[in-house]
Amino acid sequence: MARLIINGQTHDVDVEPDTPLLWVIRENIGMTGTKYGCGIAQCGACTVHIDGVATRSCSMPVSAVEGKQITTIEGLAQNGTPTAVQKAWADLDVPQCGYCQSGMIMAVTALLKEKPKPTDADIDRTITNICRCGTFQQVRAAIHQAAANA
Amino acid sequence: MTHIPNINRRAFVVSSAALGGGLALGLDLPFGPQVVRAADGSPEIGAWVVIRPDDTVVIRIARSEMGQGTLTGLAQLVAEELECDWSKVTTEYPTPGQSVARKRVWGDFGTGGSRGIRESQDYVRKGGATARAMLIQAAANAWGVPASECTAANSVVTHTPTGRTVKYGAVAEAAAKIEPPKDVPLKDPKDWKIAGKRGIKRLDTVDKTTGKMVYGIDVKLPGMLNAAIKASPVFGNKVKSIDAAKVASMKGVKKVVQVGDNAVAVVADTWWHAKTALDALPIVWEETDNNKVTSASIAQWLKEGLDAEQVFVGNQNGDAKAGLGKAAKKVTAEYAYPYQNHATMEPMNATALYTPDKCEVWCGTQNGEGAFAAALEASGLPAEKVEVYKIMLGGGFGRRGRADYVTQAVLIAKQMPGTPVKLLWSREEDMQHCTYHPVTQARLTAGLDDKGNLDSLHIRISGQSILTAIFPSRLINGMDPATFQGFAAKGEASIGYSVPNLLVDHAMRNPHVPPGFWRGVNVNQNAIYLECFMDEVAKEAGVDPLEFRRKLMADHPKHLGVLNAVAERIGWTTPPPAGVFRGIAQHMGYGSYVAAATEISVDGNKVKIHRIVAATDPGYAVNPDQIERQIAGSFVYGLSALFYGEITIKGGAVEQENFDTYNSMRISEMPKVEPIVMPSGGFWGGVGEPTICVAPPAVLNAIFAATGKRYRTFPLKNHGLSLA
Repeated sequence: MARLIINGQTHDVDVEPDTPLLWVIRENIGMTGTKYGCGIAQCGACTVHIDGVATRSCSMPVSAVEGKQITTIEGLAQNGTPTAVQKAWADLDVPQCGYCQSGMIMAVTALLKEKPKPTDADIDRTITNICRCGTFQQVRAAIHQAAANA
Repeated sequence: MTHIPNINRRAFVVSSAALGGGLALGLDLPFGPQVVRAADGSPEIGAWVVIRPDDTVVIRIARSEMGQGTLTGLAQLVAEELECDWSKVTTEYPTPGQSVARKRVWGDFGTGGSRGIRESQDYVRKGGATARAMLIQAAANAWGVPASECTAANSVVTHTPTGRTVKYGAVAEAAAKIEPPKDVPLKDPKDWKIAGKRGIKRLDTVDKTTGKMVYGIDVKLPGMLNAAIKASPVFGNKVKSIDAAKVASMKGVKKVVQVGDNAVAVVADTWWHAKTALDALPIVWEETDNNKVTSASIAQWLKEGLDAEQVFVGNQNGDAKAGLGKAAKKVTAEYAYPYQNHATMEPMNATALYTPDKCEVWCGTQNGEGAFAAALEASGLPAEKVEVYKIMLGGGFGRRGRADYVTQAVLIAKQMPGTPVKLLWSREEDMQHCTYHPVTQARLTAGLDDKGNLDSLHIRISGQSILTAIFPSRLINGMDPATFQGFAAKGEASIGYSVPNLLVDHAMRNPHVPPGFWRGVNVNQNAIYLECFMDEVAKEAGVDPLEFRRKLMADHPKHLGVLNAVAERIGWTTPPPAGVFRGIAQHMGYGSYVAAATEISVDGNKVKIHRIVAATDPGYAVNPDQIERQIAGSFVYGLSALFYGEITIKGGAVEQENFDTYNSMRISEMPKVEPIVMPSGGFWGGVGEPTICVAPPAVLNAIFAATGKRYRTFPLKNHGLSLA
């Protein structure tokens, strides 16, 4: 049994302590915005925030995050109002298939919290998510737009 | 009476969440026999359009959206002719089962070969135009005036002489009862207001920014179990034995099942439990000669094909062999291109529910009818008892045109009647059971005359045929025409050069590794082979690569058009900045003409691509903004393959397991892409795939300009190169 705080809500889940957080979020909690892409912390599709830090949930055992503040893509918008990042993503039509974009948005949101006006070099260093559709050009433009509008 | 299979509530819940709208659902009663209705009772105005009383326009989309934008583009074309209010447009997928029941009223569901728009634009536009005519007629009838006195715009019908107006929603019910007119004329594209315009946003974006979009992997059904699967790592080999008792008591495990003769699945309460048990399950696989195959043995076999006598001739004019025999100067080079995995971000998956009376499948697919056929065959049920619900795809790139994962899901569900089961492949399973971009090698031989003109060219391809494996019915006397993409004499993938003596032939060599269509398919390597070789020959001729090409392109004005466009934009005739080097390439595929010019620099083993100018002439550009995104995105896919992508074979199986050994470009490596969308009209070309092939040869030619090194085997990581 693990007690998790996800998007401000407490969930008691009956899982083995080594179960990856990703699968607890998706299967036990039932929130599917966080995606499975590789299971080895390579692609970033499963990125969530743990105490505000972008973290790849596929490789994070649930036992390590008990009591911590976990935020998923579903927890970004407050009262249905999209964040500056989500707005920029929609304005610039960033997603193509969209499957990696939850993780991309979570990674970018954490970056902008750390560096409200990131340079291209900051982006290059921090955003390492894989996108097979190849939305990077739009992602970069949207990061700068979100930073400008935040 | 129009019959459409009813769709149960469960399907509605899943699909309406996925699509954001009411699902197509035929109810003949109580509204009367003539009108076909959507789930909420709103009438169909022909098969492509449903109009709700509040003026919402629901446009049916038969092709699959996988990121390429076809959903929005097709909706634009229907809306353009319908003359409706674009802000009130929503879309829905008809199901393959409905299509079967209605005699394929929506045509082909297949979404590959960049055909989504170019091969359905005519009939979807007619669908919109016909619905507009019916709405106008209904309004005219209500007013007792001739339809010829009425016009339609922005979802409003106007009676011009009196100025009376009525909204579409108010006449939809009457319009649905009108016999559809035949041969309603289509607009001239120069009069388009919704199609072809900038600033038309995608219809599927917002849910992709909030986590709400439902992909196949996200499907949830009451009582659903989850399955993890392992197929024989060695292609073609079968399961010998399983020791199911070893995992039967593991947490959450419900059942261990064999799937066909070559795979084993564990079904459990959660997928994580299923995967954990599968990893612990002892499986013995049979061993065959396939176990002896390696990348080296395949390469050796293909190399022998470069000298083979028995070949298929894909294109010839003049006498290339005689021409080469008397050439003043001969140039020859050999190239090779490796297996690639699509590596869609969402691994393969499908959810199936089987009972002896019904088989239902929920999945992302590029080929709804193919998935339907697979479910039909695997379930053994007749067509009226089978249905497939299409869910958003987390990438396709050709991989989801295959239905192997659908077959597996149904075969598993069949062993658990009444229980829905979601089958999800692990990334490792996905990496090792793709239908791979095929391997080929090529030897190119050019003969120059004494003035340095290209007089003769022989392109010998040796390697794998996709059609032989997937669509043998499309072979022409054994020849696979797709092998010659970009080298054909005419048609949608024709060569852009006139060479007096030309021969392109193919020694077919089909290893046991299953091949498939991979974004761009054979233009990927064919463009590298020819466009790098053109630079090699130009160098031997002592001529600028652009000028060398231009001399051969007088009879290929559209190929030349895109080439000139990128040359001009990159500033080919002015020297690049110090330390920066340029490369250029052009090709044709999927009915579109494409070219790229790039500027790079090389620092040690790091290649920095500063910019790529890319031009495409697709005939008509339905959504120029999305075309630009497809150009940039295709370069990520194509350059990832050029630098990093390689599937290797050892012991008959794939060696790579995940993204740590099958790498993909990151944002830091992304070049600045400057697209030029230059539709010249008069033909319909594709968008999703054509451009992918010109970035790699342009970059390779620039690397040669920078380093003097000509790389002819790929990926470049094998030469120690990576992107900066």
